[in-house]
Amino acid sequence: MLSLLESIGYGDWILHALLWLPLVGMALVLMGPAARAKHLAFGWSLILLVLSLGLWWAFESGVGTFQFESSTPWISSWGVSYAVALDGISLFMVILTTFTTSVAILGSFNYIKKYEKAFYALMLLMETGVIGVFISIDLFLFYVFWEITLIPMYFIIGVWGGARRIYSAVKFFLFTAFGSLLMLVALLYLYFAAGGDSFAYADLLNAPLNLQEQLWLFAAFCLAFSIKVPVFPFHTWLPDAHVEAPTPGSVVLAAVLLKMGTYGFLRFLLPFFPAAAQHETVITVMMILGIIGIIYTAWVAAVQPDAKKLVAYTSVAHMGFVVLGVFALTVNGLQGGLIVMISHGISTGALFLLLGMMYERRHTRMIADFGGIGRVTPWFATAFMITALASIGLPGTSGFVGEFLALLGTFQARPIMGVIAGTGVIFAAYYMLPMVQKVFFNALDKKENQEMPDLSRRELVILAPMVALMIWIGVQPSVFLERMEPSVRNVLEYVNDSGLQAQPGQSAEASVTFSSTVPLDGEGEADEAAPIHTGDEE
Amino acid sequence: MTLPLGYFALQEGHEIQAAAHGPAGEAFEPFLPGLVILLPLIGFLLNGALALAASRRSADSLRGGVELDFFEGGNRPLTHRLPTWIGPGVLGLAFLIVLVNFTRMLGADLHEPIIRHYWTWMNTGAFEVDVALQLDQLSMIMMMVVTGVGFLIHVFSVGYMGDDQGYPRYFAYLNLFVFFMLILVMGASFLLMFVGWEGVGFCSYILIGYWFTDREKADSGKKAFIVNRIGDLGFLAAMFLLFAGFGSFGGFGTLNFVEIFHDAPDALVYGGGIVTAITLCLLLGATGKSAQIPLYVWLPDAMAGPTPVSALIHAATMVTAGVYMVARTSVLFALAPVGGLSVALIGALTALFAATIGLAQYDIKRVLAYSTISQLGYMFVGVGVGAYAAGVFHLMTHAFFKALLFLGSGAVIHSMHHALHHTHNHADPQDMRNMGGLKKFMPITWITMWIATLAIAGIWPFAGFFSKDEIIWYAGARAAGTYGAWFTLIWIMALAAAMITAVYMTRLMIMTFHGKNRTGQEEAKHLHEAPWVMWVPLAILAALSIFGGWVNVPHAISDSFLGGYGLLPMSEWLHDWLHPIAGVATEIQATGAGEFSHHAPLFGGGELLWAVLSTVAALVVVLVTARIVGGFKYLPASESPAPKGFKKVLYMKYYIDELYDRIIVQPLIKASRFAWKVIDAGIVDGIANGLGNLARAFGWFGSLFQTGSVNTYALFLAIGVLVILGVVAF
Repeated sequence: MLSLLESIGYGDWILHALLWLPLVGMALVLMGPAARAKHLAFGWSLILLVLSLGLWWAFESGVGTFQFESSTPWISSWGVSYAVALDGISLFMVILTTFTTSVAILGSFNYIKKYEKAFYALMLLMETGVIGVFISIDLFLFYVFWEITLIPMYFIIGVWGGARRIYSAVKFFLFTAFGSLLMLVALLYLYFAAGGDSFAYADLLNAPLNLQEQLWLFAAFCLAFSIKVPVFPFHTWLPDAHVEAPTPGSVVLAAVLLKMGTYGFLRFLLPFFPAAAQHETVITVMMILGIIGIIYTAWVAAVQPDAKKLVAYTSVAHMGFVVLGVFALTVNGLQGGLIVMISHGISTGALFLLLGMMYERRHTRMIADFGGIGRVTPWFATAFMITALASIGLPGTSGFVGEFLALLGTFQARPIMGVIAGTGVIFAAYYMLPMVQKVFFNALDKKENQEMPDLSRRELVILAPMVALMIWIGVQPSVFLERMEPSVRNVLEYVNDSGLQAQPGQSAEASVTFSSTVPLDGEGEADEAAPIHTGDEE
Repeated sequence: MTLPLGYFALQEGHEIQAAAHGPAGEAFEPFLPGLVILLPLIGFLLNGALALAASRRSADSLRGGVELDFFEGGNRPLTHRLPTWIGPGVLGLAFLIVLVNFTRMLGADLHEPIIRHYWTWMNTGAFEVDVALQLDQLSMIMMMVVTGVGFLIHVFSVGYMGDDQGYPRYFAYLNLFVFFMLILVMGASFLLMFVGWEGVGFCSYILIGYWFTDREKADSGKKAFIVNRIGDLGFLAAMFLLFAGFGSFGGFGTLNFVEIFHDAPDALVYGGGIVTAITLCLLLGATGKSAQIPLYVWLPDAMAGPTPVSALIHAATMVTAGVYMVARTSVLFALAPVGGLSVALIGALTALFAATIGLAQYDIKRVLAYSTISQLGYMFVGVGVGAYAAGVFHLMTHAFFKALLFLGSGAVIHSMHHALHHTHNHADPQDMRNMGGLKKFMPITWITMWIATLAIAGIWPFAGFFSKDEIIWYAGARAAGTYGAWFTLIWIMALAAAMITAVYMTRLMIMTFHGKNRTGQEEAKHLHEAPWVMWVPLAILAALSIFGGWVNVPHAISDSFLGGYGLLPMSEWLHDWLHPIAGVATEIQATGAGEFSHHAPLFGGGELLWAVLSTVAALVVVLVTARIVGGFKYLPASESPAPKGFKKVLYMKYYIDELYDRIIVQPLIKASRFAWKVIDAGIVDGIANGLGNLARAFGWFGSLFQTGSVNTYALFLAIGVLVILGVVAF
């Protein structure tokens, strides 16, 4: 496979193709007939998915630095370049994006009834934006793509959404834009601190910042990413956005847009401001927010009458595990966080698709309107059950691997917090099982539900690969973990090395460049991953 | 096909003894151990596919307004015929493979567990765990019980569930359960054990709620899952502690059994805080899965599932997982005397507490449920006091006689259900007040259940006598060492619970099978004995309930008249068999907390004396109870008065469910509503919207100045200039 890919120069063009081909598809959709828009869009997204799958082989595992790197000057006077690359952290985010886009487009065939051309064009625009976020290694470029993603989602919610779509769309836009603007200010400060001649990732890494500056810039970046994740208490835009968004919007929102936030933590926040990231107070605050996200939103989810809102809240709970894993600053925590990101993308994406299918049949999402439908829709119920189990982290599914590793990593850094966060596994059962019971079990006592059709072939085609992925990642996560590990270590080592130099109060020149901390042999020992906070535990 | 467990043991028992003393024997060569796990999984996939096909058909028909009857015209469709062969078939094959492995292990000289690696499961670079199976004496016993008893229960299910529309779905679930149960007992690391641990919990959930359109049943399943997950948190925390350590202890850096148990005696301080914390966390996990105080509340409700499920999951296998876990981690519990004591104390308390509740229940399955909780308490006492072989021994014999009791009650319910169904009577087929005098309708069930009753009551020479007696004896034998007073107390509680066991079981038998029939005249005509596919498993289990205890008769008894003066060839066989597993723990305990004494606490006397005393006492209790209960005039449930006084407290299970509801469940729901309505929608979102409104207000304020009139602008310009000038000037 690898030689085949090499013979077509795959590595040279793949990132550019993934970035720009969606725009070509967008043009095709807009030019083509309206009746064919969905087929065209789906076919195009499928091509992109297949193209991106080559990365699985072409990506060299065991290497922690950027691969497929390419850079061309764009706005030379500001030092902006068109620079893209991929590492173990972004690899799966890109594949998750192409996969989710295909699935979401196929899932909107029956749901989207008006302005179809515009809708599918926006979906493809979104794909470009999200992939751009994940592969940019020029901060200016990154920021442009970060903002681009706002536009299609704003319209998707605002045009194809439910009754309160305008309120939700504006709320979504304002929350995110607010964070983005702060990030822009911080980014400019960073740019000038680094010399003011380059936006390149590697150059900004070496910006000499004292602890004070680091903490302020950290706060600005962190706020922008936290709103996106979202971290408590910046999460209230999410349930509104999800409830109003059309199914494909929710799927993309949950599966990839939220990941932009946690990706930002890993790619930018930790390496740019290592001293701040290692600051005891910062870690404590972030971990506590993560734990609140896990427990508090689980409670809130449990009492939601609207199934879609329930799942939206569980997203916040899942992302809480990622926040914990990231700020544990341990190999296990980061790897676990990444797996949660992938797993959440698949399982929550699938849950939103399933809820969308329910809505298409019954035009309601209220849990109380269902009951006993397992009898008339057994295949649907089976798919839902497996997805729900992956979501609450039953061993053997992807959710367990991620949550376990994230919790283990957290425990290594802060044992007490690890155990408190562990109660999340109980509360996950507390929010998910009653919903499953009230929808699929109990008596089939409502006339309208008795005629609900079971899964159609198209729906089966959507769900089957998602269910398969949940189980595959649950049973053999090592093939994913080994591709991420070097990059995760790279980030951690960079944070540790330069964080130690930037002692409080004095400005320190971070002499270690990012790419020079080239990775390790892959068979690193446990001691290398020892938690950074040795002294004062809780 | 299902030769009793003892058979092979009898044949080769002596070789084991020889091998243990002589030079190294043959190496143990495992025979397809992976297939043992794979077979039930294949069964699950096949039955699952059939279930999906069948349910799709029935759903299509239902959508058209017709309730599909798969058995219409006496013609079973393929989807309802194949599971009969697939379901029990895969279990039978798995049992045969286990049997081959067992005989090989008997003939071999095995001191270290055999580990079979399959693939790397998780590998983060800082943490690695493989999908690997562990074959040793302990997992072998568990595999024998799970596949052997499991096979019998699968066969029984063919009869019991034969008329159920969801027949293939039932076998799919049951096969999946066995798959996870085998992972639980064969996994070579804590994490793989946890996979089985949560997996069986999930299967229990779907099997309890198997008739999912019944809200109460679905509720019970949900309750089981959530309560179990509370325990699972303990298991998780224990794994974190083992891997990563805490404070001065740096952790083992692995979750593999072999390495942890090898390093533990050096790495952990005897009686230290860390190992005590680890064991207490594990204990929390065990109380969830094995239904001990305080997490036992899910098990009585679990009786909502089909009765063979109760026999397999909620009596013979899954609920014993906690006991297996303590036996598996015996080294840790031996290093933490407080941990071991806690296990024993919780076990004794549960044994006594649940037994008293069992006295006042009328639902035949509920009596058995509390009996199971109580018997699991005994097993906890066994493994808690450090008599690991005794705990596992009782696990094994209990699997025989309790599975038999549940299947027997299943046969009774099956018969009652048919009888009531025929006459459209809505009386409860599980209420013993509606039974009585069933012995003449179902003699095989009657006899086999009496055998099980004598076994559970601890009457010589039935299986339960040997296992229970050993546990009680070892509890008393700890009274001379550390924490002696506690162990004396545990010993007394265990003795008392043994007597109560004899009472409630005799009551159950008398109410069900003896006296006048209370089902109703018309109904009684339709009462019938179970078909052969159901009573043959009963008979086999009855044989095991008689002879199963003979594999581990203590020397003190086997050399006496109770053991036929050494006639039994296998005295203390299980004890010796498990020595490679439990030996280290026994040594640690003997050094740290003192050897087992050879005299009972308080009154003195040796093992034989107490064995005789307890069996005589149990027999007297059985006879007296039979006499008393036989004299009661029971009325059918609909005519019976409600229980009063302390009997009502017992009947209402000490109101523990109500208590939990009031102090945990309701407050949690209230807190959740508060979090949603007040904090989330009110405060958090309120502040966000407030900021938005504030911004809008500023905008509105600013817009006031945008009058469009040049005069206004000129005025503000002038004011501005004046202000700036003023600032510059001063």
